[in-house]
Amino acid sequence: METVGLIGIVTGIIGRLWPVWVALAVMLVAVWRFHRNLGLFGRLFETNVGTAGVLICAFWIFTAVFANIVAPLDPRVQVAIMKNAVPGAINPDNGMVFLLGGDHLARDVFSRAVHGARIVLTIAPAATLIALLVGATLGLPAGYFGGRIDSTLSFLANLVLAFPVILLFYLLVTPGIMETWIPYIMGGVLFLFPIVFFCVLFYTRFAGRNEKLVPYLAATVVLGAWGWLNLMSTGTFAGKLREIGLSPVASFIQLPVFDAFGIEPNELNIFVAVVFASSPGVFRIVRGLAMDIKTRDYIAAAQTRGETPWYIMLWEMLPNARGPLIVDACLRIGYTTILLGTLGFFGLGMGSESPDWGTAIKDGSQVAQLRLYFWQGVTPALSLMSLVLGLNLLADSLREQSLKD
Amino acid sequence: MLLTMLCLSAVVFMFVNLEPNLRKLAIFQTEMRASDQDLENWLQRNGYRDNYAARFGRWIGVWPKEPARDPATGAIMPRFRYCDEPTESRLAGVLQGDFGCSTAFRTTVNQRLPEALKATGILMFWVMIVMVPVSLLIGVLAGMREGSRLDRSLSVASIASTATPEYVSGVIFTAVFASWLGWLNGSAATAITKGVSFNNFTLPVMTMAIYGIGYIARMTRASMAEVMTAQYIRTARLKGLSFGGVVVKHALRNALIAPFTVIMLQFPWLLTGVVVVESIFNYKGFGWLLVQAASNNDIDLVLACGLISVLLVLLTQLISDIGYAFLNPRIRVA
Repeated sequence: METVGLIGIVTGIIGRLWPVWVALAVMLVAVWRFHRNLGLFGRLFETNVGTAGVLICAFWIFTAVFANIVAPLDPRVQVAIMKNAVPGAINPDNGMVFLLGGDHLARDVFSRAVHGARIVLTIAPAATLIALLVGATLGLPAGYFGGRIDSTLSFLANLVLAFPVILLFYLLVTPGIMETWIPYIMGGVLFLFPIVFFCVLFYTRFAGRNEKLVPYLAATVVLGAWGWLNLMSTGTFAGKLREIGLSPVASFIQLPVFDAFGIEPNELNIFVAVVFASSPGVFRIVRGLAMDIKTRDYIAAAQTRGETPWYIMLWEMLPNARGPLIVDACLRIGYTTILLGTLGFFGLGMGSESPDWGTAIKDGSQVAQLRLYFWQGVTPALSLMSLVLGLNLLADSLREQSLKD
Repeated sequence: MLLTMLCLSAVVFMFVNLEPNLRKLAIFQTEMRASDQDLENWLQRNGYRDNYAARFGRWIGVWPKEPARDPATGAIMPRFRYCDEPTESRLAGVLQGDFGCSTAFRTTVNQRLPEALKATGILMFWVMIVMVPVSLLIGVLAGMREGSRLDRSLSVASIASTATPEYVSGVIFTAVFASWLGWLNGSAATAITKGVSFNNFTLPVMTMAIYGIGYIARMTRASMAEVMTAQYIRTARLKGLSFGGVVVKHALRNALIAPFTVIMLQFPWLLTGVVVVESIFNYKGFGWLLVQAASNNDIDLVLACGLISVLLVLLTQLISDIGYAFLNPRIRVA
């Protein structure tokens, strides 16, 4: 089979990624133009490490956004003649180039890596966000009140933390468990935390000022309920509801308006497992920060003013804990990416057709595959590594910048 | 700690004994075309339908295990043919040292577990031998002159290593060193049969060490950088001691307190690494056993593996607390 050679591959990949370069260029020009008004984000570009971190992260974000334009083929489409094709191989039928070769099922490795970015970059930040909200909602009272609340919650968090992640995944992300209530109950409870968080947030701020309180609360509840139902509205959950005679409820959550995310039962399962595994870590950090901030003078001042505990926690402590929390969120997105890769690598949760990087690494790391067709495993491995590296660099320079303040 | 352990094993016990798992087990153990009624009878006869507390108590060994009997004749029918199950009612659980019967390997768990643990112990030993000195060296070198070029480049290198999970470095190392250069074995299977050698063990050890090195090195660097700004270091320097002498004699001991805790707490993380590395390199240790057990619905073996990993995690937490108090004279255990 003819190939386009190394130079052809490099120029081909750079050419396919044109929307990403355009977007990066626009971003850089905007940053250069307005960099004095951007605050922390603008200052990231003062160091090489920070610039590299932002650029790598932005590169992957834009790749995920423009995945449909960048990838020449659908990640699931099979071109029989290109099975295990070498990088740069040209399809003799239509002259199409497989820039990074074909995999063992004759799919384009490049397209799969690009679409994999989309999966990873939707699940990982979303799961991290929910884990942050869960951790903050539980960690703030634990650190602020101390006492029995603290010891109970800390005991539960340590319980989850003492659980080896891999065992947790093997127990929690199996096809069998989708037939039980466990993922739905866990998901239902975990996804309630963001709604509760924002309700309390607005209530403590606007209590007594109904003209502001009512619209904010209403918006939170409506949006929250919509998001919650969207996450929960999987076919199997509806089936479980029908089993116990709640058909109207099942039909209700299956309305098209609640299917905006198009979430599959196994995706819900992964999502729940990842959020569950990372919330205790956030809890510990928030609790530690809260215990530290509690002793400051402005908290004492707020207490003297007679503010309610939840107002102090959400409007006095949380904004002052944002620095470490942003750094932790960056690191945690990277860690969640690694967790997702682990799940894919063990074939847990993700469908076998799924283009996510973990599954691709698993397929490419069979002994024979790695010996003869190394690009199948190395491409997703390098993609995953570079994304996590970018996030870690970003977190590192964010930490440095926030220490300067 | 005992309470944590009891809670966790109860949770694991609940998860492995979920209805779909039991059903799969029953289908696997009865003939191919068994009806639902047959499956139900099998589960009933072997005590899987007793209440949860009794079954958990039996597994722990605080409640007597009844031998399974044929309901019609009352004769004793062993649950699994390949294990010696008790023939009279007696306590036989974890506390008595009986971990039950592995359905995937058709033998008792007690026969598989020790050798797997030994194999993993050897792997862990070599990983620690490589990981701890390398990461401490990197951390101390980077931390002794904060902000120098050496510090910058080593810090970026350790960030890169924390961004490389085992399955990524395993794939890349195998592709480079085994497939391309052909220097090393891409599989560690021979390490069990023929013994550990440089060829078959370098890749797994390297793969596992690389993820941990970055983390420990960063902790060491932070702690070293903090110590180097302390007053007594300045005093020592002003006294005219050489820079190297100050680092080795005065700074090192105080700088190594924090990394010690981190190293101990690395054990639970290494557990995930063990599972990944042992599956990539086909090394039949504890992690491999866990994967086999979990993917073959081997209830007793998963329980045993779960118990051991939880025990490991809790023990390392305890040791790190004790060691911290021992190393740091400012902390006294109340």
